[in-house]
Amino acid sequence: MTAVLEISNIKKNFGGINAVDGVSFDVQEGEILGLIGPNGCGKSTLFNCILGQLQPSAGEVKVDGKVVTGFRPSDLNRLGVSRTFQLLQVFPKLSVRENLILAGQEHQGNMLSRLLGPSDAGLSQAADQMIEFFKLGHLAGELAGGLSYGQQKLLDAAMAFMGGPRLVLLDEPAGGVNLTMLGDLKARLAEINREKRATFVVIEHNMEFVMSLCSRVVVMAEGKVLAIGTPAEIRANSAVIDAYLGH
Amino acid sequence: MSLLNRYWRVALGLVVIAALIIAPMYLNRYGLFILSQWAVMTIAAMGLNLTLGYAGQVSLAQGAFVGIGAYSAAIMTANGMPLIAGLGVAIVLCFAIGWILGYPALRVQHHYLAFVTLAFSTLAFLVFRNESWLTNGIYGISNIPRPTILGYPTNRPLPFYYVCLGSLALVSFATWWLIRSPWGRAFVALRENPVRALSLGIDTRRYTLMAFAIGSALGGVAGTLYAPLTQYIDPVPFNLSLSLDLLMMVIVGGSGFFFGPFLGAMIAVLLPEWLRFTQGYYLMLYAVAVILLLIYSPTGILGILDRYLTERRTKAASALRAVAKSGLEPAP
Repeated sequence: MTAVLEISNIKKNFGGINAVDGVSFDVQEGEILGLIGPNGCGKSTLFNCILGQLQPSAGEVKVDGKVVTGFRPSDLNRLGVSRTFQLLQVFPKLSVRENLILAGQEHQGNMLSRLLGPSDAGLSQAADQMIEFFKLGHLAGELAGGLSYGQQKLLDAAMAFMGGPRLVLLDEPAGGVNLTMLGDLKARLAEINREKRATFVVIEHNMEFVMSLCSRVVVMAEGKVLAIGTPAEIRANSAVIDAYLGH
Repeated sequence: MSLLNRYWRVALGLVVIAALIIAPMYLNRYGLFILSQWAVMTIAAMGLNLTLGYAGQVSLAQGAFVGIGAYSAAIMTANGMPLIAGLGVAIVLCFAIGWILGYPALRVQHHYLAFVTLAFSTLAFLVFRNESWLTNGIYGISNIPRPTILGYPTNRPLPFYYVCLGSLALVSFATWWLIRSPWGRAFVALRENPVRALSLGIDTRRYTLMAFAIGSALGGVAGTLYAPLTQYIDPVPFNLSLSLDLLMMVIVGGSGFFFGPFLGAMIAVLLPEWLRFTQGYYLMLYAVAVILLLIYSPTGILGILDRYLTERRTKAASALRAVAKSGLEPAP
């Protein structure tokens, strides 16, 4: 196995606060890595440093062995790194299908072909397949803003897969999603992981979700890595239990 | 139902186009001038609608680009060159300057950006007024010729009106094409959520600059028509108030709606004329009408229509969902 994502000694300071304080780990190809930890421990900040939304104060990010520290998010996305956000980020005034086409269009052709070529950038079929895959079929033409929270969350996740990414970072995909839809979401993620060999890093507070989906889990506390291991090892780790899981 | 809707829409469109072609034959000189002005201002407002309405970048400089276009046309044609050459210069110049003006938008937004563009607007006005060697300063440029197209002179008001209308048609088609292309979608993404757009691989920097450049170039196109329409230009019409007028056209018509600028320009250009019978009160009535409209519908005239259609659509969709839930067949 090769590492799709390698991060070494990432640090991020805001004024005097070390939000992320020297974090290192690898993510192997085809892996689903969970990233857990109490609120404010630096998980989302770490994501933002990896994805170019924030410049890390120190450290290095590599994707497929290539150093990408400080790359802009759009450049990273075109290298096959995709993400979802903790808070909902769909485009409410575009339809579900348009949201998905938008999410994939910059991976098709070049600026000129996107101006002169077809309106859907040749993605209508791919968008409809993604809509079916995430069971949003009856909503394809609806404005995204009119969907329920859970449906928007599914759409948000679906958008992350439109560009055919190698690596997807999901920030609390299960937050606020009801149980039925959560099961759906988990099944979809597992299926994409299996069939497309897509690699995931998932931040999540829902332990059942993390422990059943992820092959390995990284636990963060106060900006540092507290433990790395399989779900079973993490459950048994006394430091993790003290800091986060509780007795 | 949507099929019927579509027929209605096409029918309405054809009636409007026919009216725009036929009705002017019965208008006098002044009526033709006003209608030509409407077409020209619509083009400029369409450019601003692209920058502001679709891509969400505030600009108070569209009037300056109309001025740059007008001076390009006037200077070129006064030196014996054809209007089409002036058009080319205007487009290239406005595109380039618009692109540069887009750079501040990469750093500042909203009213801060408005101030930057306002400063540019003032700068352009000062160039028009003070650089006499180029623009003839406050004396302006007169006797601007109207073009001869395919051997057919357009000196008289009616033929020149058709030049303006034809240009509006071309610009409308190009803008419609742009808006429904992936670029248009990227512009909307830029307006709605630039952070998310960036994470989807959308080069927000390039699209922001493009939105400014293309919108400004359309301002230049409008200016190229404005000069031969009035046949005399001086700096005054291109001061800040034109930029504010154009901004009002976009907002009153419905910012971010394709047909917004058509309606907005109609109100800004025609309504004052219709209200002239009230003599001294017409500007006041006009101002009150605009205020009332924006209180009733902050999203402009087309916002009213959009609200109505969205409500109907939501009702229909929730009815469908209710049917699906109850397991009944929907009515045919």
